[in-house]
Amino acid sequence: MTHHVLEMPISADQVRDLKIGDTVTLEKTLFGIRDATLIHMFDRGRRTKFDLQGHAVIHTAPNVHRVEKSEKAPAGYEPFCIGTTTSQRMERFTRPLMEREGVRIIIGKGGMAQDTLDAFRDLGGAYLAIVGGAAALETTWIEEIEDVDMDDLHPESLWKFRIRGFGPLLVGMDSHGASMFADVRADVAARRDAVLEKLGIAE
Amino acid sequence: MQLDTKEVEEIAKDLYVRALKILPPDIKAGFARLQKAETHKIGQTILGTMVENVAVAERTNNILCQDTGIPIYNVTFGHDVSFDGAEVTRAIRRGCERATKEHSLRSSVVHPITRVNEQTSCGIRVPIINYDFDDRDETVEIEMIPKGSGSENGSFLQMLIPADGIKAVKRFVIDRVIELGGRVCPPTIVGVGIGGTSDLCMHLAKVAATRPLRTTCSDPEGAKIEAELSEAVNELGIGAQGLGGRSTSFAVHVEVAATHITQNPVAVNIQCHSARRARATITPGGIHFA
Repeated sequence: MTHHVLEMPISADQVRDLKIGDTVTLEKTLFGIRDATLIHMFDRGRRTKFDLQGHAVIHTAPNVHRVEKSEKAPAGYEPFCIGTTTSQRMERFTRPLMEREGVRIIIGKGGMAQDTLDAFRDLGGAYLAIVGGAAALETTWIEEIEDVDMDDLHPESLWKFRIRGFGPLLVGMDSHGASMFADVRADVAARRDAVLEKLGIAE
Repeated sequence: MQLDTKEVEEIAKDLYVRALKILPPDIKAGFARLQKAETHKIGQTILGTMVENVAVAERTNNILCQDTGIPIYNVTFGHDVSFDGAEVTRAIRRGCERATKEHSLRSSVVHPITRVNEQTSCGIRVPIINYDFDDRDETVEIEMIPKGSGSENGSFLQMLIPADGIKAVKRFVIDRVIELGGRVCPPTIVGVGIGGTSDLCMHLAKVAATRPLRTTCSDPEGAKIEAELSEAVNELGIGAQGLGGRSTSFAVHVEVAATHITQNPVAVNIQCHSARRARATITPGGIHFA
């Protein structure tokens, strides 16, 4: 179990260094993305102005304050409460995000499934688990909203955050076919019959 | 007592913000109990982060979770209260919209077909407003629940049949909790509705999921099942955030209603660990927030 500090963006080699159970703190840049953003990018052919090569995306739609554009708020937004949404709804977008946009890391909660794990193995990527619902804390790791794209989808816009000490996050899925979520699911499946038996409803 | 709808509007606004910022004391106590019982190392760390987040939200006057949810208002009228019902509904909608605009809350509500977000937290039939009545004198209670959607997506209804028995009801709950794993933001409150019609059963599951911890089902048979299932779900090993351990749920809550001779309905609705709710009680003596 190693702790990694990654200044974004990173290379395929760097992401292949990450193993499940490791922890990671991200520095510099993070992009926020979610359902509507991905639907528009991959089902409706929209392209982002951002270069996502080697970057990390987090499944989020933030609460923000609209402010005058300034040095501190170049996009006219200040962070208010930025948290993380459930990743599994966005399962089918992992591969296109990596193939077309070059994304290397997905941050989310609840884990993702086999298609994502296969994409990580084939293309070099990892899933970092954040604690869902801990948004007030997460917000303290975000310094600034640097830019925003596709803001007609607000709050499901594509956000560019400047981050400092974003973590520690847990490597939940890696590029070597390992997933902590799959391991837990297998363990739970093995316990199911005993739990049902104790309830007097064995099959 | 005459209910002042201007006051209702202010309360509806304040309750939304209070609910988003202040975790109810029963949930905080629930975290303390889980922390004591958890032996899984990652589970302990995750629970610690969740408790830290509650402290950070209080310290920085921030909302607990970014999900402002689907706004739900439960209004209960006691005896001897006069009010203009249609105006109460409008006042609550205005309060909900003002909370969103004045506090710069994320509007999480869209049209179901066009997906257009009006940026008001309101839309067709939203906020959801439930009206009920009880036996208190000159009392109106308004409860606000910003229902987070990671957990709301963990909703199920099954119209079982009498021959399946109560065993199938319990199995259904266990299997849905397994299926959901970490995506409903555990530790959760598992709300279970048993009986009624399909719509009532689903509503009961929501009532159960949003009931305070350490309260029990008023029906003794329902109470027995919630005790059994509360223990069972934490034996499954799903754990906080689905990463293993004992902290799958704070509790399983059950609510029941009589049903038809041909029916055996069961519904599941999940509440996440950010189990937010806020309540205001209006009496001739004034307004009390809890």
